[in-house]
Amino acid sequence: MGLDVNWALRWLALSADAMAEHREELIELDRPIGDSDHGENMDRGFKAVMVKIAEAPPETAGAALKLTAMTLMSKVGGAAGPLYGTAFLRAATALGETADIDAGTLATAFQAARDGIVARGKAESGDKTMVDAWTPAVDAAAAAAGDGDVRKVLLAAAEAAEAGAVSTDPMLARKGRASYLGERSIGHRDPGAVSSALILRAAVGAAE
Amino acid sequence: MTVKLVVVSHSEKIADGAVELAAQMAPDVLILAAGGTDDGRIGTSLERVMAALEQAADANSDGTVVLTDLGSAVMTAESAMEFVADPSAVLLADAPLVEGLVAAAVAAQAGADAAGVKEAAEAVYRPPAAPQHAHEHRPPEATGDFELVNQAGMHARPAAKISGGLSGLDAEVTINGADGASMTELMMLGAAKGTVLHVEASGPDAARAVDYLRGLITAGFGEP
Repeated sequence: MGLDVNWALRWLALSADAMAEHREELIELDRPIGDSDHGENMDRGFKAVMVKIAEAPPETAGAALKLTAMTLMSKVGGAAGPLYGTAFLRAATALGETADIDAGTLATAFQAARDGIVARGKAESGDKTMVDAWTPAVDAAAAAAGDGDVRKVLLAAAEAAEAGAVSTDPMLARKGRASYLGERSIGHRDPGAVSSALILRAAVGAAE
Repeated sequence: MTVKLVVVSHSEKIADGAVELAAQMAPDVLILAAGGTDDGRIGTSLERVMAALEQAADANSDGTVVLTDLGSAVMTAESAMEFVADPSAVLLADAPLVEGLVAAAVAAQAGADAAGVKEAAEAVYRPPAAPQHAHEHRPPEATGDFELVNQAGMHARPAAKISGGLSGLDAEVTINGADGASMTELMMLGAAKGTVLHVEASGPDAARAVDYLRGLITAGFGEP
């Protein structure tokens, strides 16, 4: 049994919950190396997604992710808007009209999302950005997809993203506002990597 | 009809202010501000940028050049360009917002096409490339010497008019050794009223370029 539109809608609802719950934590992470608005922006963005979904419930997972993309790009405000927006948009395109998402399709959608983030933000692994959560997640998802179990794919991606977020601590920021800080960015965890891990963890909860 | 300009900034005030400044020098150019978020915060909004791009596309068929400030404004502008009906009609200039916008506006006012307007904005950015010209030793195809007659001499507005106007011509032009396409180099001449500007031009439009500069400089750029 694969994943369907109900999984996507639960994923987005749980992501919205996670952004609300971790709002202050994300703001605190963003304060020393950014403009301390990441928690607020993500919370506002996902709340707006929930409103849009309630107004016109999407009928496929792809449509739900596309609606999320457009809303985040318009409502988040900071760099996370176009980055997550592009990620969800590319994932939506990868899913297309698929009603029953299998493990391989899911891993492909995650990869499309990561590729979208890289194309939009031009960051590489090790730059201390959300790419450092997404790339290990994509690799783990691809490796887990062989078993054909979507839940294993989701879990592998979430765990790798969480480890990836932690791995940004010693990195020197080379992209975004944090890069202006140079050496002083070392020792702080990247807020975008943390929110990415929270969103991928929400995807696991949505499939339970 | 001229090329249209769209300004994407994190701040509504910066976008509006930059438009106000550039509009002074380009009264016939449609310049649209897309600054801040939907609810008036600092940030960029796809919706606002899309609205500006659509308005610009409605108003003409000559193309649109987009200028941005910090990183995520670039990302939002790039995202928006993926959704417009004709992406090839929209060009993103990699230029400092204020200086680039002024140079772009003047070039658009002078009738440059979208690529020329983008080039005018980006020329502001480039470091002086003097050594490259040095070993070329080709004699100029057209020259002229014109005295600066306006009170303020070579300041930002005349420099923008020169670089903007030249961007629409196919000619390599130097003015007292400075690249005529570079607003920054022209301003760095620090030429005061009474200075004689030596113009050297080569390329298919060399003569037109010298004529253009003669008209502009001897008329004091329309200034007192």
